[in-house]
Amino acid sequence: MPITNDMKTKNLTISMGPQHPATHGVLKVVLELDGESIVKCTPYVGYLHRGVEKLAESMTYLSALPLTDRLDYIASVCNNVGYCVAVERLFGIEVPERAKFIRTMTCEMARISSHILGVATHALDIGAMTVFLYSFRDRETLLDLFEMLCGARLTVSYPRIGGVRNDVTQEFLDKLYAFTDTFPATIEREYETLLNENRIWKQRTIGVGVITAEEAINWGMTGPNLRGSGVFYDIRKFAPYDAYDKVEFDVPLGKNGDVYDRYLCRMEEMKQSNRIIRQCIEQLPKGAIMAPDAPKFTLPPKDRVLADMESLIHQFVLITKGPIAAPEGELYASTEVPKGELGFYIISDGSGKPYRMRLRSPSFVHVSALPVLCRDAMVADFIANVGTIDIVLGECDR
Amino acid sequence: MSLNFDLIMPFIFILVKIAIVIGVTMLHVMYCTYFERKVIGHMQVRLGPMRVGPHGLLQPLADGLKLFFKEDIIPTESDKAVFKLAPIIFTFAAMSSLAVIPFYNGFVVANINIGLLYILAMSSLGAYGVVMAGWSSNSKFSFLGGLRSSAQVISYEVAMGMSLIGVMLLAGSLNLSEIVKAQQQHWYGMYLIPQCVGYFVFLTAAFAETNRTPFDLPEAESELVAGYFVEYSGFRFALYFVSEYIGMIVMSSMAVVCFWGGWTLPPFITNAIPALLLIPGLIIFLAKVYFHIFLFYWVRATVPRYRYDQLMALGWKVLLPLALINIVVTSIVKFLVA
Repeated sequence: MPITNDMKTKNLTISMGPQHPATHGVLKVVLELDGESIVKCTPYVGYLHRGVEKLAESMTYLSALPLTDRLDYIASVCNNVGYCVAVERLFGIEVPERAKFIRTMTCEMARISSHILGVATHALDIGAMTVFLYSFRDRETLLDLFEMLCGARLTVSYPRIGGVRNDVTQEFLDKLYAFTDTFPATIEREYETLLNENRIWKQRTIGVGVITAEEAINWGMTGPNLRGSGVFYDIRKFAPYDAYDKVEFDVPLGKNGDVYDRYLCRMEEMKQSNRIIRQCIEQLPKGAIMAPDAPKFTLPPKDRVLADMESLIHQFVLITKGPIAAPEGELYASTEVPKGELGFYIISDGSGKPYRMRLRSPSFVHVSALPVLCRDAMVADFIANVGTIDIVLGECDR
Repeated sequence: MSLNFDLIMPFIFILVKIAIVIGVTMLHVMYCTYFERKVIGHMQVRLGPMRVGPHGLLQPLADGLKLFFKEDIIPTESDKAVFKLAPIIFTFAAMSSLAVIPFYNGFVVANINIGLLYILAMSSLGAYGVVMAGWSSNSKFSFLGGLRSSAQVISYEVAMGMSLIGVMLLAGSLNLSEIVKAQQQHWYGMYLIPQCVGYFVFLTAAFAETNRTPFDLPEAESELVAGYFVEYSGFRFALYFVSEYIGMIVMSSMAVVCFWGGWTLPPFITNAIPALLLIPGLIIFLAKVYFHIFLFYWVRATVPRYRYDQLMALGWKVLLPLALINIVVTSIVKFLVA
């Protein structure tokens, strides 16, 4: 039969997700394919929407804290700190030095834990399975340390408005210090030898998912994704919070803005985080861990609540009504979480509960840039791109 | 009666041989899955299966039973006849390759003169099982997997066939037993040494033919969930699974027969240590096969996956020219020596 002219080809539309092994949670992406090449890529988000912003409006400032755990659940401390920093700035609470150092330290622990998981799942998607399992071993050490610190491994809710919940023990500090002794060598010996110079890894990542510095800025990318394109922007350097102005660290930058550079940025950031943790432990000052001028926001100690009438009333009011004397005002405060810039915009109307809490979540912005990264890409590049933007859908969908 | 008996005996003999080969291979497949999980487990700082039996030794049995008793799901919109036929073709192709492999001197189910071609033909036939599975499932993911697999198998088939031509030239035969015997004629005892380029090309193509990492694109779980057999469940899935492992065993045996001297040890070793001649040929053969299977696992634990176009580029732009150069050089050397 002769081929007639009315034979047509049609693009193949496949729906990757919300249940798919490579979409890191419940991301749905509709891909239009011409053979193996992607013609169009459309991300759909919202499958993990829990209404965190709205929920916070009916909670006191203190009780809204655990909500932030559930944003980027890989690095929950960073979200907690972001929220606490925002509320503290809004109400002018000064955090004691010791608490600042502890927060910085735990934030960097969370950053390592997040980056290690991000790189690991990224590598698993590309097919390097061993890196994934190595990373879970190292992440386990960090999670054990979190458990030692506050009893929880993942959703820690460890920081408090005005400080941290409990002091660190010497045993914890020793163990963490021992971890930082070996960790950079572990990265170099076990991760970088498997990936950095691996020909297949380089072929799969170099020149893939390229985004120029200008585009990255225009799309609002932050964190390692922006720095991979060579833009020097890190909130820890530009608007330091907690103890970041008292520790020394470098901000690794990429050149080409491709998957490989972003991967290198993350690997280097882990080493820098390791440096920060060591400095924090070495410089850890003595003193209080809770701001003395924040009784309006912090619960009194449990033993006092059980023995002392005033404290009992204080706790009851704080839990049920929130801080009565919360001043009015509004403020945007952002912190550098592992995924990028996490911003809290909080409006206080004096009622003790946030009138509005708006979140600027980096993952949401990065998902929206996915079609840009997938220009002229193939199906396998899409997988690499989903891995490289290192998204957590809990934070993206809020 | 005695006449009939003489006629029937060879058939019974062959049937027994087939039963032995398939039985032993299936046992190997079972424990290949176990060792894959163990070897990769230990490479990845974990233990692998530990629960069923001591050190998880009964895990393959448990897996097999589970797959056997699982519900057989056939998608409503699939092409049912083709859907059912595909795994049978795939398994048939994989198993029938075993017929021509000489496990030790004289033990081969069918000692045919075109053994090498036969295996290549059978591994091409297996591609039909893959393409039909991908097409008949009526699922976009299995369709893409089938598409990738057919392209991959066809491309690497070429390189694989070319890489073996060097061996054919040296041995002057396509009979696998003859190839082994021809290797014994030389002091080095294995074509691995004069045919190292061919061996490299063959091994790489073997990884691609068996859909193993770094060429496991047809079943890349992070891209296509499971590839062409994504819609298969229960025993039909098990057929694919088993056939892939048989494919690994066949490819390893091919490498051993064509490049490693089959069931023999190189003369320069046996001349130095004559006691080694006492080792049964089957054990030598199996040890070489196990090494190659271990290689499959080792590579899987080490490298990431290629992209589709990179896979094609490697096949056509690197492996094929290498194989062609190998043929030319081998021919010239053979001409000059002879």
